[in-house]
Amino acid sequence: MIRTRRPLLRLLLLVWVLLSCSRALAVEPPGLKKISFLPQWLPQAQFAGYYMAQHKGYYRAHGIELTIIQGGPSRSPTEYLKEKKADIVTLWLSSALQLTAQGVDVVNVGQIMPRSALMLVAKTSSGIKTPADMNGKKIALWPADFQIQPKAFFDKFDLTVQIVTTESPVNLFLRDGVQVSSLMWYNEYHTLINSGLDPQEMQLFSFDDYGLNFPEDGLYLLRETFEKDREAACAFAAASMEGWHYAFAHPEEAVDLMVSIMEAAHIPANRVHQRWMLDRIRDLTMPDAKGHQMGDLQVEDYQRVGDVLVANGLIKSVPPFASFFEKCTQHDQK
Amino acid sequence: MIKSRGIAFRMGAPVLAGSALVFLVIFSIGYLHSRETILRNVQENAQNLARRIAHRIELVLAPVEKVPENLDIVLETFDVNETKIIEVLRSTLHINPEVFGAAIAFEPYAFDPARLYFSPYMSRKGKGFQMTHLGGKGYHYFYQDWYQIPRETGKSSWSEPYFDEGGGDILMATFSRPFFREKEGTPQFTGVITADISLEWLEKIVAEIHVLRTGYGFIISRNGAFIVHPQKSWILNETIFSIAEARNDPALRAIGKRMIAGESGFFPFTGDVLQRPGFIYLTPVGFSNWSLGIFFPTNELMADLDAFRRTAVSLGLSGLLVLILVVWLVARTITRPLRTLSAVARNMATGNLEIEVPVPKTGDEVAILAESFNYMKNSLKVHIRELLAATAAKEHIESELTIARDIQMGLLPKTFPPFPDLPGFDLYALLKPAREVGGDLYDFCRIDEDRVCFFLGDVSGKGVPAALFMAVTMTLIKMTAAKGLSPDRILREVNGQLSRDNAAGMFVTLFCGIVNIRTRELWYANGGHNQPVLLRKSGEAIFLEGTDGILLGAMEDIDYAMKRIVLDAGEGLFLYSDGVTEAMDEQERLYSDERLLEALKAMGQMSSAEVVESVAHDVISFAGTAPQADDITVMMVRF
Repeated sequence: MIRTRRPLLRLLLLVWVLLSCSRALAVEPPGLKKISFLPQWLPQAQFAGYYMAQHKGYYRAHGIELTIIQGGPSRSPTEYLKEKKADIVTLWLSSALQLTAQGVDVVNVGQIMPRSALMLVAKTSSGIKTPADMNGKKIALWPADFQIQPKAFFDKFDLTVQIVTTESPVNLFLRDGVQVSSLMWYNEYHTLINSGLDPQEMQLFSFDDYGLNFPEDGLYLLRETFEKDREAACAFAAASMEGWHYAFAHPEEAVDLMVSIMEAAHIPANRVHQRWMLDRIRDLTMPDAKGHQMGDLQVEDYQRVGDVLVANGLIKSVPPFASFFEKCTQHDQK
Repeated sequence: MIKSRGIAFRMGAPVLAGSALVFLVIFSIGYLHSRETILRNVQENAQNLARRIAHRIELVLAPVEKVPENLDIVLETFDVNETKIIEVLRSTLHINPEVFGAAIAFEPYAFDPARLYFSPYMSRKGKGFQMTHLGGKGYHYFYQDWYQIPRETGKSSWSEPYFDEGGGDILMATFSRPFFREKEGTPQFTGVITADISLEWLEKIVAEIHVLRTGYGFIISRNGAFIVHPQKSWILNETIFSIAEARNDPALRAIGKRMIAGESGFFPFTGDVLQRPGFIYLTPVGFSNWSLGIFFPTNELMADLDAFRRTAVSLGLSGLLVLILVVWLVARTITRPLRTLSAVARNMATGNLEIEVPVPKTGDEVAILAESFNYMKNSLKVHIRELLAATAAKEHIESELTIARDIQMGLLPKTFPPFPDLPGFDLYALLKPAREVGGDLYDFCRIDEDRVCFFLGDVSGKGVPAALFMAVTMTLIKMTAAKGLSPDRILREVNGQLSRDNAAGMFVTLFCGIVNIRTRELWYANGGHNQPVLLRKSGEAIFLEGTDGILLGAMEDIDYAMKRIVLDAGEGLFLYSDGVTEAMDEQERLYSDERLLEALKAMGQMSSAEVVESVAHDVISFAGTAPQADDITVMMVRF
């Protein structure tokens, strides 16, 4: 029951990282810019676009020799960014704004996921059909930044709820330890489906539907890194977008790639689940009526997240949008 | 043997079809009945097997579930410090060899107000024990399932199985029990007591399930995750629902939902690794909402049934083959004499009536048919003999008739021009005989230097009598004309001769003319014959003025009138028999006098031969394919 890190896993990881570095060093012609990148979690289809871009050589084509550092619970992207162990990381907008408030000047060079995948779920058997029905209920939330958006939601609907902080809400929710749980649409929602709950047995609450959209995965780097080589940062963003477009156009190939990467890293891999994840990421990045599109950060969304953070005392003021978001994926859009 | 649906086929097909139908019905009922029986038996066996397995699993799990309960009692009864707790944990592992590890996890600051985390965990390491304190910056045990679920539900529960990450890939499960302490009179949640066990034995128990040849058992957790399964890569990696999703198989998802709902029963199953069709018996196991499934591949389940089916089908087919043989043999005893008869009949048809008709000794319908054949053969023989005689007689008569005809025709003069020494006088005649012997006649003769006698007639009736009468008539006329008599006298004389001894009552129509070549005078008399046509120099064709004489041979002593005309050069007389004007075409229309006159009008300048041939040709082409009923006789006399 002790869920310590696996020393073996770490070793393998290290070897893998080293191998990919040395391989790159061995064959790369001089002139490629070295960039290291840390996604905010373990390899999964949530990051298929980056792995695909790497696999298809898009980064090299953009003059970058990229090293993807395998993400996971032990690697905090904010720490890695601060300590310059990674040049570029993915972060949620809410985390990035707090980082800025802490004095770490970061730049967003691409808002990959413009819409929230974080949602709330209740079993329809519990009778919870509207936000008001959640009043007085036990609600499982992940710790820290995962609680900002749900709390804003509870405030908005003036709900008094009993928050149960957890690192694994799925079983707690399934066993009725809580009546409502937060989940990622592309991940835990599917886990619930594949634990025997039919979609019609669940009531989903998407924050976007309640006017509380929080952009999620974005590409961040320190301003000083950015200023040093804007071109490389934008090239990274452009190559990443290309990787995503390719992955969406070739989902089976992308899933194959992710499953092989996960298996090599000894992470339990389930094809069906990875396919679901990729398909939902695609849904979340599709352009919509509100002007959302992959790579682009809407100023309204930015302001909303900032305001919520200010209201919760997490930051003192919202930094100017213009300096925070560098719209350098533009040339990819033509 | 079955040639174009012979008797063998007509007899055999219904018999075989009926037998096959009966066989099929019996076989199908037997098959369905056996299938049902087999399934029922299998279901019962599966139920017993599953219950036995479930019981064995519960025997292991039940004591483990007692461990936290006992620990709780110890903790509650004795005021224990940290050292004591560790001792208790150690002795718990000692006396419960099936338990891999046990922990007592307290709420934050509940054991010691100075400690956020307090969770001593005793586990096995090698042959000894290892003491760990759970909780820390990287491991918030309050947020873990094993702690949080009993805390939030207030109930004991088994965790979802997991791989023990510290001690290798051993499948583990943790039983957690919340414990409460009185605080200000109410029980207050204070922490969770756990006992971990390795689930390696579970795999062994399930592996002992041997059903059929390749059937197997598997266990899924209450989330549908595979805990024990022969497909190792599925364990904790797939749920029955993810397999159903990957295969797009709603039936499998429905089975999964039955399983996690703790149902028991026997169902068709599509969730085999190799996707073989089969059945599953499912039943809940343990106190954990796990579910045991036992898979029976259909092909093996139905192996006995298949063997039965194969035997039945081969027996049925052999039976049918024997039946075919029997039918063939029986049919042959009928068809063989029939075929012999048929061959005999064909032989008889070629005229061989001496052939022996074999009569089978069976005395059945075929024998009767053979006897009938024999009778027919004998009758035919008699008939044919008679027929041959009749035919011979007829042929004899016909040949005699032909000879008579030839003789008759031989009587008629056929040399033209008849008087080459008489320039300016042109005579031509033709008789086209009908098939039957007829009685037309014509002739001419020189009476003296200047005069020529000619005549044309038609004897009543047909056949030999008519021919004979014609010959007599011709002889009489020639003899009479030779005496130098005038035409009226010739007719009177000949009539007298013919009438006198005319027992047969035959008669003849006759036109007789005498022409003087020099003076171009024509004397003529007509005895009931068609009036000849006068072809004038002007191109007119008119009937010659009649003399109103009656036909010859009817009565004696008749006087005939005579008339005289003088012909100009280029004028002529056309004589004919009623075979011309009464010739009929296919529509039975007569050639008629009018048509004859019309035809002759155009022939004013032709020679006698041309006129005769033209008229004969015209009549024949008018008749077309209609048979010629009477002799056609024409004669032309002209200057």
